[in-house]
Amino acid sequence: MWGRIEMKKGDAWFKAVTFGFALSIPFLLLILILILLIQSWSSISHFGFGFIFGNVWDPLADKFSALPFIYGTLVSSLIALAIAVPLGMGCAIYLSEISHSKVKEYIAVMVELLAAIPSVVYGLWGIFVLGPWLTRVIPGMKYGSCLLTGGVILAIMILPTITAISREVFQAVPNSLRESALALGATRWETFRLAVFGPALSGIVGAIILGLGRALGETMAVTMVIGNRPEISASLFEPSYTLASVIANEFAEATSSLNLSALIELALILLVLTIIVNGIARLLVWKTTLKYNPN
Amino acid sequence: MTNEVKIKIKTTDLNAWFCDKQALFNINMDIYEKKVTAIIGPSGCGKSTFIRNLNRMHETVQGARAEGSVLLDGRDIFEKKFDAVTLRREVGMVFQKATPFPTMTVYDNVAAGIKLYGRIGKEKLDEIVEKSLKQSALWNEVKDVLHKPGTSLSGGQQQRLCIARALAVNPKILLLDEPCSALDPISTGKIEELIHELKEDYTIVIVTHNMQQAARVADYTAFFLLGALIEFDVTSKIFTNPSDKRTEDYVTGRFG
Repeated sequence: MWGRIEMKKGDAWFKAVTFGFALSIPFLLLILILILLIQSWSSISHFGFGFIFGNVWDPLADKFSALPFIYGTLVSSLIALAIAVPLGMGCAIYLSEISHSKVKEYIAVMVELLAAIPSVVYGLWGIFVLGPWLTRVIPGMKYGSCLLTGGVILAIMILPTITAISREVFQAVPNSLRESALALGATRWETFRLAVFGPALSGIVGAIILGLGRALGETMAVTMVIGNRPEISASLFEPSYTLASVIANEFAEATSSLNLSALIELALILLVLTIIVNGIARLLVWKTTLKYNPN
Repeated sequence: MTNEVKIKIKTTDLNAWFCDKQALFNINMDIYEKKVTAIIGPSGCGKSTFIRNLNRMHETVQGARAEGSVLLDGRDIFEKKFDAVTLRREVGMVFQKATPFPTMTVYDNVAAGIKLYGRIGKEKLDEIVEKSLKQSALWNEVKDVLHKPGTSLSGGQQQRLCIARALAVNPKILLLDEPCSALDPISTGKIEELIHELKEDYTIVIVTHNMQQAARVADYTAFFLLGALIEFDVTSKIFTNPSDKRTEDYVTGRFG
């Protein structure tokens, strides 16, 4: 009686068609990577590993390397994390643990809305408001468009991701743990520390890395405010460049085929970087939520 | 009963609500010091709500509120100036589901409450952890796995670990909210034995679905029905010669 459920002919078709659709996603990803590999092959074979560690980007001399862009991408993303993590966590703690009122629903919606703002709007705001303001309040900062401005813009853009996912992770922690801590005479802060933070930790790390993934790949807004100069400078107040920005800026004007191939290799590096980061993040978030909601 | 029993907790006209739904109606009840009081009644009769008012856990639920008075050693715990956090250190609680903190070891679980109250020396902490685990009759089973995760213990052991965790902060009263409902008979037997030993030092209130359990462990029993206290008396009287027809129907298994 409980053996295999007999499939009707229509169901078999239904299954086959949806399976085909589902399969198209990994297939697309594979094709994407493959094409990037093929197109960047002349650059890969020409520069070898030196491409990743070199410091020069000179289209006129047909000399290309990735380090300034990798540097700009990583540093602007780390600045973003340094700002967005404490802010987002605080917000998520308030929304999940502290507030019982209607206010939290409104705040939660606003946070989601923040994620819906087009990135070019962030960029414009960065150029005309944030950059000039930062140069006014920070002594020694000469240019509105620099690594720091890029990092701050990114921070605002990844804030919704970090907040929403941390909140989700906190809410996955069973209430019985909170009650146990409260019953021991813990205050709200102590209850959070004792009963929520530990179990949620791997999920929180996941939320942070997911934010990082978004920051690494963000293109438009950063391109508009980071200054677009392929140089490595220790100062956060100097213009910089990211992987995503240089691809967006130079693709249409790439003069030689090697130039084009080098840009595509940058894209490949960015893709691999973000896939790894996102994979780790998803795994961590998934592990936490699965542990407490096995269904 | 003899006159020497002292009233530890006295509730007067205790009413409780979840949003608009009233869960308790004018409960007037005394809980005696160093005795075991069992609360019995069918599901949804307000048993848990009642004991969750004794340490003000009720108010931590969104939309929940209570009125009336609960006197602990003569002081009203519902008064504004009475701090709920301090109260809960004096009135410990163990829940239906064993809830060891999942990221902590056996040792850290027991120590969790004490560490909240300020810095404490390692030796003193070791001493309290050992004493609490001995009191909860768990020491012999876990003394070699103190630094393994609390969640690695069996269900019954986890529940005794939670009792040890509650005892470690040195409460006067222990509230047990159906502590055995998820346990097998052997683990249940161990916890009942434990309750017998603990009442030497603690006032115990236990909510239970299991009438035999109430008859075995409790000195006094209260029968709740639809949020009201129907009858409160010495346990033997409740089970052999109840004054109220409804109590009799319930304890003889005619409903519930």
